[in-house]
Amino acid sequence: MTNTEVLLAIEDLTVSFDGFKAVDALNLYVNKYELRAVIGPNGAGKTTVLDLICGRTKATAGRIQFKEKDLTKLSEHQIVHLGVGRKFQTPSIYGNLTVFENLEISFPRGRTVLGSLVFRRTQDIRDRVREVAKEIFLDAHLDMEAELLSHGQKQWLEIGMLLIQEPELMMLDEPVAGMSVKEREQTAELLGRICRNRSVIVIEHDMEFVKSIAHKVTVMHQGKILAEGTMESVQENEKVIEVYLGH
Amino acid sequence: MKKAAVDENRSKDGSWLLGLAVLSALIFIVMPLCFDIFRLNLVGKYLTYAFVAVGLVLCWGQGGILSLGQGVFFGLGGYCMAMFLKLEASDPKSTAIQSTPGIPDFMDWNQLTKLPWFWQPFHSLTFTLIAVVLVPSLFAFIIGVAMFKRRVGGVYFAIITQAVAAILTILIVGRQGLTGGINGITDLKTLHGWDIRTNGAKYVLYFINAGLLVASLLVSKYITSSKLGRLLLAMRDKEERVRFSGYDVSNFKVFIFCMAAGISALGGAMFTLQVGFMSPSFVGIVPSVEMVIFTAVGGRMSLLGAVYGTLLVNFGKTYFSESYPALWLLLMGGLFISVVMFFPNGLAGLYDQHLKKRVAAAGARFRAGRAAGLKTAPAGEPPGMEKTAATLPGGIPGKRTKGPKQPLETRP
Repeated sequence: MTNTEVLLAIEDLTVSFDGFKAVDALNLYVNKYELRAVIGPNGAGKTTVLDLICGRTKATAGRIQFKEKDLTKLSEHQIVHLGVGRKFQTPSIYGNLTVFENLEISFPRGRTVLGSLVFRRTQDIRDRVREVAKEIFLDAHLDMEAELLSHGQKQWLEIGMLLIQEPELMMLDEPVAGMSVKEREQTAELLGRICRNRSVIVIEHDMEFVKSIAHKVTVMHQGKILAEGTMESVQENEKVIEVYLGH
Repeated sequence: MKKAAVDENRSKDGSWLLGLAVLSALIFIVMPLCFDIFRLNLVGKYLTYAFVAVGLVLCWGQGGILSLGQGVFFGLGGYCMAMFLKLEASDPKSTAIQSTPGIPDFMDWNQLTKLPWFWQPFHSLTFTLIAVVLVPSLFAFIIGVAMFKRRVGGVYFAIITQAVAAILTILIVGRQGLTGGINGITDLKTLHGWDIRTNGAKYVLYFINAGLLVASLLVSKYITSSKLGRLLLAMRDKEERVRFSGYDVSNFKVFIFCMAAGISALGGAMFTLQVGFMSPSFVGIVPSVEMVIFTAVGGRMSLLGAVYGTLLVNFGKTYFSESYPALWLLLMGGLFISVVMFFPNGLAGLYDQHLKKRVAAAGARFRAGRAAGLKTAPAGEPPGMEKTAATLPGGIPGKRTKGPKQPLETRP
């Protein structure tokens, strides 16, 4: 954490759905190589923030600065090309393709219509797919249809599909939901490795897991930031205990 | 191991090519030998519908885009061809009796005295041949961009395509002087001086049609086996995931929709040439829905299945409508319902479930018998050959239908 260069700067970000402010004048800064956890009660606006960053939802006001570009003005695929990867809350993988094909499709080559028509499965792609599969503990299941993976393995596969694109910012929405204790430990180890050369934002409810991975924790409540800091400082915060940790 | 993976892929493609060979043999050899020219011409007509069905496998089966308006593209292709033929049939000499000689007869009947501007370029055969594919594709492009960029999909898209089919029919019927109206464009005689009404010409056109169909199948197979094919499957399943993996989803949908339109248009043009006319009854909602039924019966994921489905339903239609004309439409509806309810993967699915293993077993027996007869071990054969033989006549292999899955990649 010696490098404090800011990668993502969210300023005055607001989005309202029919007058309801799901995210309200939010300010959030994420540094390079930082692993940030975002926690908060249901409906706090955590997922909406990720939606806003990746362009799935358009902001009502505010700016999202990423590598000198304002993401609020770009379309989804352009944001991905800039280096932002997003994992959805429920594992979102291609069930009727194999693990290999899932990773191959995510490999950043042949992204245009013409490009995908002339795309060839070359050796460097095979190698890269295998490398990533190993990293996400799925190297033995490359030929398996993704539908047949366990819930936890599907989560890993989706993380792998982001990894293969080498994003500079990875956003994970509840990556350990539905995982066994052992799988959680493996995932924590995986995230530790991942954030060595990129920034990661994780939304998670599992406090033990957050404690084991996060460099810094942001607590959200009703579209605003309630507290920010280390896990210890956040856990002792009166307001946080009242709205979230208390029950 | 890497070699094994390559062989695996090759055998999969090999079995498809074998299936194509079986189909080609049926179309190119068996049918012309079994049928007289009247029946063969009828088969040729059915095969022009198969173009639309193949297009539907691409955009509906592979891409999940259900279009209930494919008749539009079939019709546009057909009309482009018909306009050229009509102009050729309306030379000043043979239309001398008209008040304005040199224009199509229906224009004369509708008091037109000049050829409308959009008919002018259809004097040129080159222009016509380009327009046959380009006009429908361009029209599909406009619809596609308008819909897919706004993320209109699913049922809404189906309804809009149906509306387009209805609108175009009404337009053609309503503007009789420009389009020939409800009768369509009839009395077509020659193509660049070559009389298309003779039996000889009908044979030639049948084979050209069959050749174009096989070419379309090959192009479609290339597309479905490319990364674009896998992307379409992925999109059908999880569109958001594809979008957030850096793909502009709408571009791919527009492309496959245009592809389907272009292929359908080829069928339409060949229809005009073989049947000798084009009319709005091939543009509207009913033919468009019928073509979806052909595809569903064949198996919407199977390119070869689409051709078989089209042939089967149309033979059924001819047979039943000759014997029980009143019952035909009910039967057709019943067929569609039973396909959806009982065998959603169509003929291709049935083949995969029941016949594939037997064919494979028969292939194995055949090989064993041959090996014993030749008294030489098949070790000298390349491994790819052997695998192809094991899945011999690959009739109608459905892609990714239920049943035993073959791994695409094999490795340590």
